[in-house]
Amino acid sequence: MSDVAATAEHTVAAGRAGRFAALGDAGIRSVGPIVLALVAGAAILLALGRNPIEFYGDIVEGGITRTTGLQDSVTRMAPLLLIAAALVVVFRANIWNLGIDGQFLLAAAMVAGVGRDLDRALPNGLALGLLWLLAAAVGAVWTIVPAFLKARYQVNEIITTLMMTFIGINVANLFIKGPFRDFESTNVPQTSVLPVEQRLPDIPGTSIHVGIVVALVACVLVHFVMTRTAFGLRLNVLGANPRAATHFGLSVPRLVMVSFAVSGAVIGLAGAAEILGVWGYVRADWNPAFGLIVVPLVFLARLNAIAVIPFVALLAVLSIGGDLAARRADLPNDFLLVLVGLILLFMAVTEYLGRRRALGASYLTEGLVAALRRRKRP
Amino acid sequence: MTESDGSTQPMTTTRAPTREAGDAAVLLLGITKAFPGVVANDDITLALLRGEVHCLLGENGAGKSTLMNVLSGMLRPDAGRIVVDGREVEIDSPRRALELGIGMVYQHSTLIPTLTVLENLMLGAGGGLRLDVRGARARLAELAGTLGVEIDPDAVTGTLALGQQQQVEIVKALWRGSSVLILDEPTSMLTPQGVAELAKVLGGLKQHGLAVAFITHKLHEAAEMGDRVSILKQGRLVGELGPDDLRGRSHEQLQAEIVRLMFGEEAKEVADVAELEERVEGHEPRRGRGEAPLLELIHVSAAGDRGQVGIHDISLSLLPGEIMGIAGVDGNGQRELAEAIGGQRPLTAGEVRFEGRTISTLGVSRRERLGLRYVTDDRLGEGTVGSMSVALNLVLKRIGEPPFWRRGVTQRRSIEATARELVERFDVRTPGVDARVATLSGGNIQKVMLARELAFEPRAVIYSKPTYGLDVRTIKAVRARIREQAEQGVSAIVISTDLEELVDLCDRIAVLSRGRLAGVVESGPGVAQRVGELMVGQAA
Ligand SMILES: Nc1ncnc2c1ncn2[C@@H]1O[C@H](COP(=O)(O)OP(=O)(O)OP(=O)(O)O)[C@@H](O)[C@H]1O
Ligand SMILES: [Mg+2]
Repeated sequence: MSDVAATAEHTVAAGRAGRFAALGDAGIRSVGPIVLALVAGAAILLALGRNPIEFYGDIVEGGITRTTGLQDSVTRMAPLLLIAAALVVVFRANIWNLGIDGQFLLAAAMVAGVGRDLDRALPNGLALGLLWLLAAAVGAVWTIVPAFLKARYQVNEIITTLMMTFIGINVANLFIKGPFRDFESTNVPQTSVLPVEQRLPDIPGTSIHVGIVVALVACVLVHFVMTRTAFGLRLNVLGANPRAATHFGLSVPRLVMVSFAVSGAVIGLAGAAEILGVWGYVRADWNPAFGLIVVPLVFLARLNAIAVIPFVALLAVLSIGGDLAARRADLPNDFLLVLVGLILLFMAVTEYLGRRRALGASYLTEGLVAALRRRKRP
Repeated sequence: MTESDGSTQPMTTTRAPTREAGDAAVLLLGITKAFPGVVANDDITLALLRGEVHCLLGENGAGKSTLMNVLSGMLRPDAGRIVVDGREVEIDSPRRALELGIGMVYQHSTLIPTLTVLENLMLGAGGGLRLDVRGARARLAELAGTLGVEIDPDAVTGTLALGQQQQVEIVKALWRGSSVLILDEPTSMLTPQGVAELAKVLGGLKQHGLAVAFITHKLHEAAEMGDRVSILKQGRLVGELGPDDLRGRSHEQLQAEIVRLMFGEEAKEVADVAELEERVEGHEPRRGRGEAPLLELIHVSAAGDRGQVGIHDISLSLLPGEIMGIAGVDGNGQRELAEAIGGQRPLTAGEVRFEGRTISTLGVSRRERLGLRYVTDDRLGEGTVGSMSVALNLVLKRIGEPPFWRRGVTQRRSIEATARELVERFDVRTPGVDARVATLSGGNIQKVMLARELAFEPRAVIYSKPTYGLDVRTIKAVRARIREQAEQGVSAIVISTDLEELVDLCDRIAVLSRGRLAGVVESGPGVAQRVGELMVGQAA
């Protein structure tokens, strides 16, 4: 008995120290790759004959200090946060929903396609509410095929979701060029435009639409569900050890279908936020391709829907400010993608070094690590 | 060098003969290793001598695996020095340990189940880019010959029985010509014959001058196979018995002495453990209560996993309070049988009944709620989620149920309170209920699983190797609990490769062979022999 007591005392002391060390490691792992990417990005800029200090200064100016900079960045955060929250749900279950852009675009196209007619027929508030629901439904429906194939036949969802994105983008375009096309407007095919005053209201005193509030609520909700509820725990068990999930009597196929649908629905909401809050219409071949730039952030945030908020904020500033900086430096807009690529690269490096030196936990869930090491049973 | 491993490297043991038997192959000096909340190794000094089997004993969580993981490069010590072949070395990775001639068979399998035996072995070999498949085959044949076992190089590892997997692990540890072999509980999955074979193998390796470290919980194995015995207790070395101590005493005396060193003051509790291990006579079968069977299998068949036997036409019936044993060599359908009853594996024919009603179509959770429990033997593979806390693991079979969840929301307090109580009741050694299960010692993970299945009012329990990896005292406690529950009308099916365990516990013992029931034997005098005959009869 006395042993137990002594051990307990020991635990408290060691536990605290351990927790601080773990926090430190987490910090290094999360922020390290970003800092390194910015430094490497600076080196590339130098090599291109641009002044990196000026460039990053322009990003800060464009994304924060310029009159509308901060507001634009916050506005941009709304869809990115919704996508991030959606990805936390599936990634924790070790399900790779990479069909983000397809789900997003299809939802956006549907919302834009029926938006103006619905708004004319119904009171504005009701119409907007229905459009959010429509977007969620479209996003969810677009996951059914890959989810079913995975649940029933263990077909790799990375491939099927990427294929569904390919199909989704083209289906969206078909609709925009066909039934949704507004012939009154320009010669580039596009949907009819939802009048500015009928779109999502702004937060009073700003030009930021309320989509950001929806997005933040979604993040908090997802975090709560994933950490404090039975449903979240089931998904975490599935992600950490699928065989254990079976042993514990969880219905794996149902969990796969449901988590896929939830993530698709929330990604659909991102599409609604972008259309109802910012654009009001969709032009053919429009594709902001938010999906793949959000994926690394979700891992940097260790699949935590709250921790992802600052990373998304940074990405939003880079993407809004990056426009201005690229224009001034006479570089193509894709410099942001270079930075995201660099972040991914340095994440891989940190992961490797971290494993060697036991630098805190991995970015990945246990199940993912196992899968990568091909430990998982087929 | 690996490319020529198979063809030119003569024997496992080339490094050794240059030195005298009795030389220290490895010296561990003042090894200390602490984890958050525990000092797993506290200033341990130990020598592994050539030509000796050095047994390490100690209760669950004493620090045996930790010490050997330090030697094999899996863990870095906080303090202390390691001397190999007279040179002080730093072992910072398993690869380095292999280069130094130290091979280890870990407590939990490190083989990759989807690869073949040969692929697994070549993975461990490291070295050059070119794969020398022919050389590897030759090397495997050679080592299998030395070990006196048969191993199919092209079998997919995951389809092998755990005992066979252990043989592959031993081959893997010897692959690079080890001069030091560490075995962490290699006998936990073996039948008595398997253990005897292993003893022969170790004898041979000793002759070649290998130093062997051997972790076990079975006192008689230590007494029979060990040339030297060291005992750990709460991270400290509390006793060492050299060859002279061993020779002078009978096995019984020796076992009593080891128990005294392991448990100190509490040794009296386990005074009869030695006797417990020796007893091979069965007891009078206790009759179950009542007439109506609690659990019935009626002509049950189920398919096996890829390449493994399924079960065919199995009929069994258990009265309330009856304990039924399932004997047989691992891989003869035991897991399939357990999973079919537990609800994890669909039946292809037949019916499972509980209290007279069919439950064939119910899933795991529904059966769980009826009081049907299954303690798996694959504690890391499916029995627990290593990255989650002890507390959560204790309730993972009741996700969503009150009082731990209300309206789907986790009630942390309630879970932790229950967990603390179970940890105390089942004597799980852990820094706290929030420790991740993966950080617990093997035996303590087993206790977590037992606690989870036995708490919450079970009615019928299927145990697959219930005492796998437990120390003698805990084994005693677990068996007592199984009996005690039987008194209260809880039926049990005990699947084990350890015949003594079955004889000790069970009222009836069924023999499973290639997925079929070879026969059922009532407990009573000579039961072990009759079961043995059934097994042999089938094997022929
Ligand atoms: N990676 C780890 N992190 C934290 N604690 C650990 C870790 N590994 C082991 N421990 C702790 O160190 C102690 C010793 O564990 P170890 O595995 O060496 O015990 P053991 O003697 O092998 O026990 P068993 O007979 O049950 O296998 C235990 O209290 C365990 O909880
Ligand atoms: Mg151990």
